Formats: sequence, C-alpha cells, structure tokens
Amino acid sequence: MCTMICERAPMEGSAKGREGWFPLKNANVSYDHPFSAPWEYAVNIDFVNEDRGVGARVAVELSPESAKLLAESIIKALERGEADPQIQISVL
Amino acid sequence: MYTTEQYEGMIAETITLKGHNGDEIHTYFARPQGPGPFPAVVVIHHLPGWDEIYRDFTRKLAHHGYLAISPDLYCRDAHGTPEDVASAIRADGGAPDDRVLGDVQAAADYVLSLPSSNGKVGVWGTCSGGRHAFLAGCKLTVFDAVIECWGGNVIMSQEQLTEKQPVSPNEYTNDLNAPLLGIFGDLDQSPTKEQVDQHESELKAAGKDYEFHRYPEAGHGFFYYHAPIYHQASAVDGWEKMFDFLGRKLG
Repeated sequence: MCTMICERAPMEGSAKGREGWFPLKNANVSYDHPFSAPWEYAVNIDFVNEDRGVGARVAVELSPESAKLLAESIIKALERGEADPQIQISVL
Repeated sequence: MYTTEQYEGMIAETITLKGHNGDEIHTYFARPQGPGPFPAVVVIHHLPGWDEIYRDFTRKLAHHGYLAISPDLYCRDAHGTPEDVASAIRADGGAPDDRVLGDVQAAADYVLSLPSSNGKVGVWGTCSGGRHAFLAGCKLTVFDAVIECWGGNVIMSQEQLTEKQPVSPNEYTNDLNAPLLGIFGDLDQSPTKEQVDQHESELKAAGKDYEFHRYPEAGHGFFYYHAPIYHQASAVDGWEKMFDFLGRKLG
C-alpha cells in the first residue's frame, strides 16, 4: 500500500458485518493495493465504526471503472428518490 | 543449502520487546535451534500488515540460518485480523516513521544481545517495509546490510509528506551507512521505473555501496505467492539474490 491515498467521510447509517448490523461511523475510501481483488491497485471502500474495534468493518475492493459506476448509480438513485414527492426520509 | 541427512530445528513464536519509547510490542521471532553463532535479520512488515506471508518470510529466513525478527508495527494501534488492523492503519496514514525506526532499533538490539548472535544484523522489508528498511539503513547505525524490495514512497513529493512521514527517505541517501540491495519490478507503479532510476542515480552520486536487481516482467509485490501479482521466475531469482547478498554481508 504505497499510495497513501485515502479519503475519509463521516457516515450515518448501518452496515452489516460478520456479526450482524452495526451503526456506521465512517467510510474510508483508498486508492491503493487491495487485499483480495486481482489487480495491483483498486478502489478499496471500508465502512467502519472504529468505536467498535477494527473488526466492525465492511469492505469492498473495486476496479476504478466499477467504482465510477457505483458512484454514478448512487447519484442516480439519490436524484430519483429526492425528486419523488411521495417519498419522505426521516431520521428517527 | 541444507542436505537431507542434516538435523534441522526451528523455534518460531511471538515474544514481547520493549520498542520505541519503551512500549511493549509483540514480535515474531524465528530462530534456528543450536548454539550458532547465527547472523540476524530484522524483518519489517509491509503496510498490508503483520500478516501470514510475513510469518512465512520470517520462518524462511530462519530455515536459511538467520535469527529472524519481525516486530508488529501496529501493536499499539489495534488488534484483530491483520487485514482489519491494516485497513484502520491505512485510513490513519500509516505508522509514524520515527516510531517504526524505534521498534526496528529495538529488534536489532535484541538479536545482537543473544549468545547465539554472530554480531551481524541486516534489515529487510518489502513495499512500505522496503521504504522503512532504506530509512533504517540511513538513520540507524546498527545494520550491516539493508535490503529494500520495491520500496514505494522512498521518493516523496512535498504534497505527499505528512506528520507521520515528514521527510522523503531519499533526502537521507548521503547517510546510508550499510551496503544496500534493491529489488524492483520494472512494471511497478509505486515505485515507478523512473523513481527507481532516480533512487539509483542518487546512490551513485553519493558513492554508496549498492546493487540493484530489476525484473522486466514483474510489477509490485512479486514475491507474494498468495496474490495475482506473484511472478514465479522473478521471485525465485530475487530470493537467490537476497540470500547471496546476506551471505556475503552477514558472514
């Protein structure tokens, strides 16, 4: 992992790890050597809650093209949801 | 090279060292059985963690007759699976250079204190461990040999410098005080071929004792047999170069 490229964003939501759902705290997005994906570099996304230890982590490793597609899909779903007057999102 | 009628024994276990600032850190220590004396190698793990392949590397060195010692550079930060720990360290910008050097110095002091030591110690790392090995060869004075395998960020731009990595290691090239073996894949993107060229020209200009071996068909991490980046022919040759270098420099 030599690039040290890592962006961090605070998150609200839930993630499902090895031991079930946990409240999400951060998303760490790196462009660096993956652990598993079969390339030298990948976009590695870790959904974490450090307060619960390093094991509270849901990880994906994506090719750059897949990462862009994911980002576009997220934006498209958001735009459709936010444009629909019938949908209300509330935080309990 | 061992022959099949010889006895071989090894002890490989986790011990505790007083590392940087006297902090207790776990360390994997693999040593041949017998009185020796044996040369030693401090094994600096890569950013992906104090993981299984580094256990294998450490035992491989012991199999070849070295006291091989590999501190857990993330011991203070977290415990869990090596990947979970390394992911957290990655997000936090890596381990601080001065802390790594303190732990590496402590590991060298430990092996040199053993009655089975022959008084010589080398330092070796791959990836970020390669970078740290080069840094150790410049900033510490305990080593008799330095092996840097595909050290990324030995050459860092101003924008890449952080509180944990405040100085680009190549700035210390003039201070390198042990013979250096460098092993690199030409297809690597960190370091690139051009960065390795620069690293080499700086060593040459400083009049340092070094030898580089570059593998045209290999990229980054080509010793990692568990990953698609493994390149068998380059890895076999690279290991031979390593053991030849260690044999010449550590007696």
